[in-house]
Amino acid sequence: MIATLPDRDGRFGPYGGRYVPETLVPALIELEAQYEKAKKDRRFQATLTDYLHRYVGRPTSLYRANRLSATLGGATIYLKREDLCHTGAHKINNAIGQALLALRMKKQRVIAETGAGQHGVATATAAAMFGLQCEIYMGTEDMQRQALNVFRMRLLGATVTGVDTGSRTLKDAISEAMRDWTTNVRTTHYVLGSVLGPHPYPMMIRDFQSVIGREARKQILAAEGRLPDYLVACVGGGSNSMGLFYPFLRDKTVKMVGVEAGGAGIVSGKHAARFAGGKPGVLQGTMTYLLQDEDGQINRTHSISAGLDYAAVGPEHSFYHDQGRIEYVYATDEEALEAFDLLTREEGIMPALESAHAVAHVIKLAPTLRKSQVILVNLSGRGDKDVQQIARMRGVTL
Amino acid sequence: MIKTVKMVGRMRGLAQAAHSSGKSALVAQQGSAAPNRLDSVFDRLKAENKKALIIYLMAGDPTLDDTKRLVLALEGAGADIIELGVPFSDPIADGPVIQRAAQRALANGVSLRAILAMVKSLRLRTKIPIVLMLYYNSVCAMGYETFCQAAKDAGVDGVIVPDMPPDEAGPLKGPAEEAGLRLIFLLAPTSTAARRAFVARRSRGFLYYVSLTGITGAKLTDIADVGQKVEKIKKIARAPIAVGFGVATPEDAARVSQFADGVIVGSAVVRRIEECCHAPDMVEQVAEFVTSLKTAMTQK
Repeated sequence: MIATLPDRDGRFGPYGGRYVPETLVPALIELEAQYEKAKKDRRFQATLTDYLHRYVGRPTSLYRANRLSATLGGATIYLKREDLCHTGAHKINNAIGQALLALRMKKQRVIAETGAGQHGVATATAAAMFGLQCEIYMGTEDMQRQALNVFRMRLLGATVTGVDTGSRTLKDAISEAMRDWTTNVRTTHYVLGSVLGPHPYPMMIRDFQSVIGREARKQILAAEGRLPDYLVACVGGGSNSMGLFYPFLRDKTVKMVGVEAGGAGIVSGKHAARFAGGKPGVLQGTMTYLLQDEDGQINRTHSISAGLDYAAVGPEHSFYHDQGRIEYVYATDEEALEAFDLLTREEGIMPALESAHAVAHVIKLAPTLRKSQVILVNLSGRGDKDVQQIARMRGVTL
Repeated sequence: MIKTVKMVGRMRGLAQAAHSSGKSALVAQQGSAAPNRLDSVFDRLKAENKKALIIYLMAGDPTLDDTKRLVLALEGAGADIIELGVPFSDPIADGPVIQRAAQRALANGVSLRAILAMVKSLRLRTKIPIVLMLYYNSVCAMGYETFCQAAKDAGVDGVIVPDMPPDEAGPLKGPAEEAGLRLIFLLAPTSTAARRAFVARRSRGFLYYVSLTGITGAKLTDIADVGQKVEKIKKIARAPIAVGFGVATPEDAARVSQFADGVIVGSAVVRRIEECCHAPDMVEQVAEFVTSLKTAMTQK
């Protein structure tokens, strides 16, 4: 069943689908057809793999975090080092894949939304390398939090357009990118950054990101001679987590935990924990769990990390949530900051604030396990982009 | 106890009414006497060799009371059908003008239930067909059947869900038909021949042709192309064809009305409301604009 999802209508059980204005439907049908062809095309796959090896720096290492494991005094912890990817996060895996598709479809312009800025940087990077015109939409609130990434995108030759509507974060950037795409669909490919939006995006982005899980599975078998007991990853839209989890879904002994942004706590209402506080609905092209009020208006979300600060979650996550295959928990802003400090001091690895949410859960989980048990956590990005924000929060002027 | 019995009786009555109206809607689809106000208006205009002027208003912008006054005044000014936008926090198909209107309405605490109550009170004073334009999540949050029955009870005639292509309309179709609501679908310049055939066969009440590749309120540049596409669609559509998105001036309305059965004007009206929403004669100013559209459409 798992290998056959989504179904022909782009559904993961009741979730997913294609809830978009008619103007975009032909483009999505075309994208799906082109992607299906590319998927089976050995030359396309070989080209993609080649870029992933020589440009992105794959395979990324699976690192055994001995000091962190000893400090927490329980399970043996491995980090999948997506932070070592070119541009500093897993986002480039998908950006390269979709840029190659854009070339195949002869579209000379790419657009993207970005929250933390990592997907924007990845898309701008791929566009620079392939010579494509590039425009990135970003909420003005996020532009402030992630000023460094805004500058990086501009250095790469992309136009960064601030979005000043709604909550001025990722959600509003996606709406604006969809409006641009609706207007320029004939010449433009929309490089969506997570396992969100209308079919075929959730499927296609999962496929591009599942290189993470395929590598990790081989690496942990080589290192430990067995599969891990737990996989842990943060879930914003859910691309790094789905990328890690997907190749392990059939491995019944492997437990999977997705960590959402608990913000200031669920009771405060200032969070982005869709499974803890949301219910199914339709946002930005897909049916999935959403943070919404009784009238169906989308709630404002809050997280210290811009990349997790989003009111919806990928539809495939909603499906596995309901199935009970993947467990979803959350970590608060405060817990994520503590995890950032701990990993930085114990291992000399500064995680992105998004990834720090996954580490925060490991801090809770590891002490409950034995040393012979293995946790594999996805370190989806590095924390350089967050240093300024952390300094500001601690009253340090750089 | 007695109350409960009465309630159940009433609910049964409602269910029967819904059932019978579902039947009559079916009959209407087959071409005989039409109980739906939308169908009646298009039939009447066709007989008079006239085109429908469809005016979009954002419900609750600036207040629900203003919307009510506007509907009545615009009917007098020449509008044949009113399309009422239901504000949504994340309207992906809308340009800045309608986005701002939605924000104003939401800031006033407007909800779908309040809009339906307003329509119900309007029905005491007007028979103008009213179509709701609302995003999928608004319907989903209320529940498909609850929404359709509430819309029917309020006196709504049709529903447009801009982020619901017919491929995703399954759960809403049955309850809408049962309630006698026309489900109106959209076609766009990007639609392929296969899509045109698929969508045109499914739209009821009218078919909404999006005149440009873009969002509401963008600039309409190629009316000749719109005309050609509309002619193609006419051959396969089961319902009249109305053209909207970017129709902003009396000249646009006049040109579009030469080939389409209806002309939809939205952002241009909403922009006027925005500009003069604090003026004491706001309603009159908007009505004057609508009259100019209607006049341009009737002068040949």
